Amino acid sequence: MPLIDYIPAQTNIHFMRLRHWTFPFSAALSIIAVVLFATYGFNLGIDFRGGTLIEAQTSQQAADIGALREHLTDLDVGDVQIQEFGSPRDVLIRVGAFGATDEAQQAIITKVRDVLGAEYTVRRVETVGPSVSGELVRQSILALVLGAVAVLAYLWFRFEWQFAVGAIVTTMHDIFVTLMIYSAFGIDFDLTSIAAILTIMGYSLNDTVVVYDRIREMLRRYKKLPLPELLDIAVNATFSRTIIVSTTTFFATLALYFFGGEVLRGFSLAMTVGVVIGTYSTIFVAAPILIHLGLRSSTVAGPAKSEPEAVLGVDEAAKLSEVEAEVAEQPVAPVPPKTAGKGSKGGKRPPARPAKA
Amino acid sequence: MLHFSRLKTTAILLTIAVGFLFALPNVLPPSALAYLPSWLASSRVTLGLDLQGGSHILLEVDGSALRKERTEQVRDEIRRVLRDQKIGYSNLALRDTSVSLRLRDPADTQKAVAELRKLAAPVTNALFGNSSGEMDLLVSSGSDGAVTVQLSEAGLNARMRSAVEQSIEIIRRRIDQLGTVEPNIQRQGLDRILVQVPGLQDPQRLKNLLGQTAKLSFRMVDQSMSPQQALEGRPPPESEVLQGQDGQPYLVEKQVRVSGEDLVDAQPGFDQNTREPIVSFRFNNNGARRFAATTQDAVGRPFAIVLDNQVISAPVIREPILGGSGQISGAFTVQQANDLAILLRAGALPAPLKVVEERTVGPSLGADSIHAGKVAAYVATALVAVFMVAVYGLFGLFALVALAVHIVLMFSLQSVLGATLTMPGIAGVVLTIGMAVDSNVVIFERMRDEAREGRSAISAIDKGFVNALGTILDANVTSLATAVILFLMGGSGPVRGFAVTYILGLLTTMFTAYTLTRLMIAYWVKWRRPAKLPI
Repeated sequence: MPLIDYIPAQTNIHFMRLRHWTFPFSAALSIIAVVLFATYGFNLGIDFRGGTLIEAQTSQQAADIGALREHLTDLDVGDVQIQEFGSPRDVLIRVGAFGATDEAQQAIITKVRDVLGAEYTVRRVETVGPSVSGELVRQSILALVLGAVAVLAYLWFRFEWQFAVGAIVTTMHDIFVTLMIYSAFGIDFDLTSIAAILTIMGYSLNDTVVVYDRIREMLRRYKKLPLPELLDIAVNATFSRTIIVSTTTFFATLALYFFGGEVLRGFSLAMTVGVVIGTYSTIFVAAPILIHLGLRSSTVAGPAKSEPEAVLGVDEAAKLSEVEAEVAEQPVAPVPPKTAGKGSKGGKRPPARPAKA
Repeated sequence: MLHFSRLKTTAILLTIAVGFLFALPNVLPPSALAYLPSWLASSRVTLGLDLQGGSHILLEVDGSALRKERTEQVRDEIRRVLRDQKIGYSNLALRDTSVSLRLRDPADTQKAVAELRKLAAPVTNALFGNSSGEMDLLVSSGSDGAVTVQLSEAGLNARMRSAVEQSIEIIRRRIDQLGTVEPNIQRQGLDRILVQVPGLQDPQRLKNLLGQTAKLSFRMVDQSMSPQQALEGRPPPESEVLQGQDGQPYLVEKQVRVSGEDLVDAQPGFDQNTREPIVSFRFNNNGARRFAATTQDAVGRPFAIVLDNQVISAPVIREPILGGSGQISGAFTVQQANDLAILLRAGALPAPLKVVEERTVGPSLGADSIHAGKVAAYVATALVAVFMVAVYGLFGLFALVALAVHIVLMFSLQSVLGATLTMPGIAGVVLTIGMAVDSNVVIFERMRDEAREGRSAISAIDKGFVNALGTILDANVTSLATAVILFLMGGSGPVRGFAVTYILGLLTTMFTAYTLTRLMIAYWVKWRRPAKLPI
C-alpha cells in the first residue's frame, strides 16, 4: 500500500470556470513577454552573436575581478565582460565580436591569455566566428520551425484540427514564458537554450497530448455532454497523472539546477520554469481553449473506442446526473466487482441499467 | 496483457541481461577490462570533448586566397605561352577570377586564343572521377585584340574540393606528429574541416600548427636597391618587400628558386657552433640540383628562406651547396624549431586555413562537469524514488526497478552505438530520470480509473496497460519528433549529445514500462491474486 496518499486520487475541480481568470493571466504573461523581448531583448551568447568566451580559475583564494577588468579594458579589444562563475575562484570573460574577423578573434584569445598569466588556469575557451554564428542562428530558427511543423502535422494527423491548434497555442504560450525568463534574467541565449526550448516544446506537448487523448476518448463516449463539463471530467481524470509526472520532472530539473554545475544552470532554470508553466498550461490553456475553437463531439469522427460498453465511474456518473436526460440512452453501469477476471479481454459484458445518482 | 509466454519472458529478461552486459565495461576499472573480450571491453560510453577535455576546432579553407593564387598562376602561364609563341601583348590585368590582356596585333587573335585554350583542362567530377565536360578555363576574345581568360566556377569548385582533401591529409600528418590520441578530422560542407582532438594540454600549440600554411621557398635577395627605398618608391617588378621574423623588411625576388615541395626531410637540431636550435633539411634530387645551381651562381650574395611570406633568415651564400641538404637558423626556441620541422615534414597546405569556431575545455573542468552531473543524477533519482514509493507503494517500487533498468539500458545503448556523451547529454539523462516514470504513471493512473469504474483489481491492471498504450505512444511521439529534429540540427556539438540521450531515454522508458513493469506486475498478480488494487 502507498505510504502516503496525499495526492487525491480523484478530484472534482471546475477548471473550465477558472478560464475566465487564467486566460487573461496567460494573455498578460504573453504580452509582458513580447514587451520584454522588444525592450530588453536577449542576452545572446557567442553562438549567435559571435565572440569569445574564456573561463579561468585562479590559483588564489578568490579572483580579483576588478584588477582583471582593468587589465582587460586596457587591451582595447572591444566589449569585455567579466563575471564570477560558480565560485569566487572562477571567472568568465566574454569578449564581443563587433564585426571582428576570425583572425582578430584568435589574436584576442592570445592577448587575454597573456593578461591571465600564470595565476589563472584557462579551463575553457570558446570562439565563434561571424560566419558560423550567422549559420547557427539560421539553423536554430529552422530547428524551431521544423519542430513546430512536425508536431503540428502529427497532431493534425492523429487528432482533429482543433486539438492541433490548441496544442500549438499552448506550446507557443509555454515557449513565450520560457523566453521571458531568458530575457528577464539575462541568461545567455545560446545553442543549449535552443535545446531547452525544443525540450520544453516536447514536454509541454507530451503533457497536453495525454489530456487531449482523454478528451477525445470521452467525446466519443459521451456525445451529448456539454463540452465544458466533459473537459472538466477529462482534466480531473488525468489530473493526478499530470501532477505526479510534473513533480518527478520538476525534481530532476531542480537537481540539475542546484547540482548540475554552472554550465548547465541557465538550461536547468529554463527547464524548471518550462515544466511548471507546461503543467499549468496543459490544464488552464490547452483544455479550455478547445471550447473557443468550436470543438463539438460531432466533430470527433471514428468509432466509439474499441470497447462497445461505456463504463462510468461513480463520480463521473454523479457529474452526469446533471444532464441525465441527455445521457440516459447511454448504457452506463458500474461493473460489479470481481465479475471480470483475467479473461476480460474481448469478452463483452452485458449492458446494465443506467446509473442513478 | 498480463499473460506472458515463457518465450516472451525469456526474451525480455535476456534483452535486459544483454543490456547490463554491454553497460558493464563503463563501471569496471581499466585493469578489469583487460580480462574481457575486446568486443565487450570496447563497449564504453565515449565522452564528449566537453567532458574529457580537448579541442574542437572548425577550420575554413580561405577560398579567396585559393582563387587569387590560381588566377595569378593562370596569369603567369599566359605570360609564358605568349612569350614562347612570340605574340606581343599589353595591359595584362587580373580581375577577380579572370585575366585580361590586349594583343598588340589584333591579327594574332585566333592564334593566341588557340594557344591559350591549350592551357585549359577538363574538370573532373569528384564523385565519379569522370569528366563533366566542363573546362576549368574559358577563353574569349573581342574584336580589337582583347582576350579574356575566365576561371570557370566548376574548375574553382573542383580545386576547392581537392584543396580540402589535401588539407585534411596534411592536418592529419601534423597532428599525428604531436603524438596525441585519436584525433577526429573530417570535412564539413564545401570548404570546412572539423578537427577534434581530445585531451590536449596546450591547444594554443595545436592552433599554431593548424594555422600556418607552411609554404617554404628559397629565393634570392634583390640587392638592386635597399628595402627602405623599395618601400618608399616602387620595388622592381620582379621583386617584393617581405617582413622578416626579426622585424626587418627584405627586398626579395618573386621567383622561387627551390620550394618546400622538394623537401624530403626536416629535423630539429642544434647548431654545432652556436648551440642554437635549428632545423636541418634534405632536398630530393630535383631540389638538390636546383639548390646547387642557385648557390653556384650566387656565391657571396644573400638568399632568403621564406615561410608564409615571412623571411625567416637571409644568410649569405659562402660556397655552393651541392649535397642537397642544409639548415635553417632563425633565433628559434626549441619548440619553435620542433614545430617548424613538423610543418616542413607534413608539407604545405594548399591554401591558408582560418579558425572559424573553437571550443576548448580543459581536463579539470571536464572532470568537474562529470562530477556535477553524477551528483545531479543521484539527487534526482533519490527524489523520484522517494516520491514514487510514497505515492504508489509496491507499484512505485516496480517503477523504480524499471527506472534503474532504463538508466542501465540507456548507457549500454549509448556504448554500443558509440554515441558521444556530452554535458548537455548528462542533462538529458537526468531529465529522463524525471520523465522516465511518466509511462508508468500513465499506466498506474489508468489502473486506478479502471478500478474506480468498478473493475476487479486484476481486470483493472490489465485494462490499465491496454488503455494507456495509445496515450503513451501519442505523448512520446511528439517528444521524439522534437528530439529527432534537435539531433538533425545539432551538428557535431554538445547539443547533439543531448538529443541522443534524450531519444534513447524516451525509447528505453517506453520499453521498460511495457515489458519490465508489466512482467513484474504480471508475476506479482499471479502470485498474490490481489482482490484490491494496491495503488
